[in-house]
Amino acid sequence: MNVRTAVQQARANTRSGEKTFQWFVATLLTVGGLLMVLPFAWMILSSFKTEGEVTQIPPTIWPQHFTLDNFKLLFDSMAFGTYLTNTLIIVLASFFGLFLNAMAGYGFAKFQFKGKGFLFYLVLATMMIPGQVTMIPVYLILNQMGLTNSMLGIVLPGLVGAFAIFLFRQFMSDIPEELLEATRLDGAGEFRTFLQIVLPISTPIIAVQAILTFIGGWNSFLWPLIIANDEKLYTLSVGLSLLKGQNESQFALQMAGSTFMVVPIMIIFIVFQKYIIENYTISGIK
Amino acid sequence: MKGSSQKLAPYLFIGPSIILLTLFSLLPILLALVISFTDMDLSGLVNYDSIRFIGLENYTNVLLDPSFIKSLGNTLFFVIIGVPLVLIFSLSIAILINMGKSRAFKIFRVVFYLPSVTNVVAVAVVWSYLYNPTLGLFNYVLGLMNLGPVPWLTDPTVAKVSLIVLAVWRGIGLNMIIFIAAIKGIPGSYYEAAQLDGANTWQQIRYITLPQLRYAIFFVSITTMIGWLQFFEEPFVMTKGKPLDGTLTASLFIYNNGFQFSKFGYAAAGSFILFFAIIAVTLIQFRLQNKAES
Repeated sequence: MNVRTAVQQARANTRSGEKTFQWFVATLLTVGGLLMVLPFAWMILSSFKTEGEVTQIPPTIWPQHFTLDNFKLLFDSMAFGTYLTNTLIIVLASFFGLFLNAMAGYGFAKFQFKGKGFLFYLVLATMMIPGQVTMIPVYLILNQMGLTNSMLGIVLPGLVGAFAIFLFRQFMSDIPEELLEATRLDGAGEFRTFLQIVLPISTPIIAVQAILTFIGGWNSFLWPLIIANDEKLYTLSVGLSLLKGQNESQFALQMAGSTFMVVPIMIIFIVFQKYIIENYTISGIK
Repeated sequence: MKGSSQKLAPYLFIGPSIILLTLFSLLPILLALVISFTDMDLSGLVNYDSIRFIGLENYTNVLLDPSFIKSLGNTLFFVIIGVPLVLIFSLSIAILINMGKSRAFKIFRVVFYLPSVTNVVAVAVVWSYLYNPTLGLFNYVLGLMNLGPVPWLTDPTVAKVSLIVLAVWRGIGLNMIIFIAAIKGIPGSYYEAAQLDGANTWQQIRYITLPQLRYAIFFVSITTMIGWLQFFEEPFVMTKGKPLDGTLTASLFIYNNGFQFSKFGYAAAGSFILFFAIIAVTLIQFRLQNKAES
């Protein structure tokens, strides 16, 4: 009797027990899962209630008077349109940063040059420096460059990141050398080789990084908060924290602001979650 | 010609990133060290001549500052309670999800991961509403069960616990994914052998899964701990460190001194003390891990 059949027999003996156990696990996870989504469900439902209904006791679950007024208010009397534009500019800029990360990853993966090892350790070292230590000097550097209270000042410090460079390097190391040589022999310059051969091959890693970059850019909070004095430069996160401070008792409005921030990310995440989770499976633990 | 462009090419590829990382990551850490020995404030920003070198004065002052000491105590409270909770929950959920045989269990990965990707400010705003003493859902549900209202954010100790509940809820997802990845890496033959020996589910977890996850557990506990030591957004949006500095964290203290009071030198000294604390705690973790190995 080989191992497999023995295991199958053991499994058959406990099949009914196994089934009960599966149900037990599923129930446990469902209860936990409901607790995980409860705050989001409450947020979305409350954002469609009138201000009067939100402060009503006992609270209603489903909106009695379904209204979009809270969302209108965000755009009409608050500057959520401006915040949205700024946030999208930051997202676009972070995609340019992603391109720079890919370039650096390629440089480290496929070239031999003087100082390579040292420079790569330098890149990795930046991962260990906590944001609290750098935030004051970075502010002073930007101030010296005359970039405080500007979009460039918000975007520049977070443009490239060591972790993304590291991931690109790992992925691009596996690109066959012959392919690159063949392109070079055809007379293509280094940069054209990168654009026309390397980037298309790297689509899987770029896709994952792009989703994570989008989420990061959309959620950006601390730098815009520090650098922007002018409301014209606020991002959605900064605008929302401002909204909470100034409209402490208007909960329906606050929930509408939160819903507006969270739902787009939820949709993007749910659509692309397979790729994100696989990326962690590949690169998370080695 | 071809040869020289080959030599230059790698530097052109890595150049932009290296320049940006040097300017906004490496140079700042040196600059922070210098600033921490000066009395630089708002006037120093306009006129460099007014900046004086004051040696270790910032460091001695900040270490004697009651609100800094309080912030370190709070941060320690968050680490001691928060890290084990995140570990236990994310590990248990990862193991449970992995036990599921049907494809439906993949949905649970998404559900438990969802809070991690959503915006921390929005989430903090939502939880402030849930925690509201009179209108909040939590106190209403407690009322239904004839339990008294809880001062979620108005009592210094309870407020700390409330922030932990929120941060654990947010922290489960990413760590759970790391654990799921690590569990998938355990060879199935180990479990088959254990089943032949008649080991039950609990024994399989105890003697195969947990020992095999040693490195993943170590990795998650280090990253989670560093994260808690830098705890900032949740207390910033929800409590601003109130009540009575009960939720003031070291990061919030540094932010307040740097950007509210413009005491750059003082805040930089505080940031280095936090940095050293992070290094020390990480080294202790590595030491403990090595001891457990041998």
